[in-house]
Amino acid sequence: MEKENKSNGKAKIIRYTPWLVHFNTGACNGCDIEVLAALTPFYDVERFGIKLAPSIRHGDILVVTGAVTKKAGERLKRLYEQMPSPKFVIAVGTCACTGGVFAKSYNVYAGADKVVPVDMYIPGCPPRPEAIIDGIAKLLKKLEQS
Amino acid sequence: MQGCRAVAIDKVIEVPYALEIPVGPQHPALHEPLLLKAYADGEEVIKVEVHTGYNHRGIEKLAEKNSFYRDIFIVSRVCGICNGVHANCYVRAVEQILGIEPSPRAKYLRVLAMELERIHSHMLINAVMAEIIGFDSLFMNIMRDREYIMKSKEIVTGNRVSADYMIFGGVRRDLNSEKVDKLKKLLDRVIPRIKYYKKLFMEDETILKRLVDVGVVKPSEATLYGLLGPAARASGIKIDVRASDKYDAYGEIPFNVIVRNECDAWARMMVRWDEALESAEMVKYILDHLPQDEKAVPDERRLPRRFPPGEAYARVEAPRGELIYYVMSDGKPMPYRVKIRTPSVHNILNTAKFYIGYSIADLPVILTSWDPCISCMERLTIIDLKTGERRKVPMKELAGGGKKWVNPRYSL
Repeated sequence: MEKENKSNGKAKIIRYTPWLVHFNTGACNGCDIEVLAALTPFYDVERFGIKLAPSIRHGDILVVTGAVTKKAGERLKRLYEQMPSPKFVIAVGTCACTGGVFAKSYNVYAGADKVVPVDMYIPGCPPRPEAIIDGIAKLLKKLEQS
Repeated sequence: MQGCRAVAIDKVIEVPYALEIPVGPQHPALHEPLLLKAYADGEEVIKVEVHTGYNHRGIEKLAEKNSFYRDIFIVSRVCGICNGVHANCYVRAVEQILGIEPSPRAKYLRVLAMELERIHSHMLINAVMAEIIGFDSLFMNIMRDREYIMKSKEIVTGNRVSADYMIFGGVRRDLNSEKVDKLKKLLDRVIPRIKYYKKLFMEDETILKRLVDVGVVKPSEATLYGLLGPAARASGIKIDVRASDKYDAYGEIPFNVIVRNECDAWARMMVRWDEALESAEMVKYILDHLPQDEKAVPDERRLPRRFPPGEAYARVEAPRGELIYYVMSDGKPMPYRVKIRTPSVHNILNTAKFYIGYSIADLPVILTSWDPCISCMERLTIIDLKTGERRKVPMKELAGGGKKWVNPRYSL
């Protein structure tokens, strides 16, 4: 899948205040509550300027959790298309990376990268909030260098 | 209730309230994939359709294709929040088939893990409710104090969320006295906080104004629609599998079944606070009375590899209500059938009626008060045949376009 938004230098503009959009594509909620824990006071990603966007049209980073079921997969694709460029995708959890235990199920695509281009994979079942923060911080560092 | 009759106008305005879904056991901003389509006449909700299927992962089929041992890991991923309860229910069903019994210490440890899970689940949904009604600082505070419970859960089971703690014949980690001391300290910090939040929910004017008399479910309706868990107990129905089945060590640990008679969203949240306190007391009791002499962790190399033919039912009280597993074995290494019935099926699908007559702003409040757990619900093959209808408003449904229609404060 093409990644049209990497080289044009615009990526730098979001590195101070990236807004996250979270989309559950059939996760067990484990990753979702860890993303939530990362957003709330104990772990607190807001110190990096990161905030949850109210709408996909305001989002810079799409956080995908879950094994991408076939019904949610269409939605994920359309969500991605609606995001303004530059846009980035983070796959949180083993399910979003490879399908995890659900990989062989008849109703999942097994991996967010089957549907949209993914920039950062955070494996773990579920990944700890520290790991999620680390992933986001690394993505931001990557943007700085781009 | 009289909404349908009162509409004398010839057309119904469809408010594409695209709950995609903000309201879960999670944060409203964490979109759990359930779609509630609300039809409104002005501000009044006159019809709600529940669209599901976004989270169908085919778990029951997957369980038939994998061995009994692998299924422990699959069923605990039905729902991340109540993973210990799911695993416990499945493990007890298979133990019935195998005819093995865990040691009393293992039983106490299982209850310990499940009660910690109940506390964190109840705190989470109360935090989400605070967020939904626009009380953000309360949401943040509850989430901070919930971290004490997550830490305790990590000490007991080894992971914050999905720990795969249960195994046939026992648990997979034991506690030592150091860990018990740590747990007691954490509990001493969290119990006063839960009491404080309970007091806040009882006294705070904003919360009372948003929750009281919203989403009223009469006791007769609660039984008629088969509501379970805190949703039923808030309507005065005293059902609790822990009390009626006394599985694992629940027969030996004293606790009360919390029942309230107010029947509204506020009562459902209060039941959860009371239960969280009750669970905290149970955890304290377990830490003091943990049987000392037996082995809790079975030798996994010696566990049976052959599974006799047979079938078993097991049920547990999940944070959201009664959870049932039916496991059937035909003597092969893989189960012939694993049937899962989760409480959220009843609490979400059957409750579309209870939104009618309230305003749009009450919709998220009522939905949150059921404590919906979409990932639990959607192992069911519920296929929505009306795809044509959905295509008419795809973008709004998708991107939460409903926010344009309602005050952003109350939208999700």
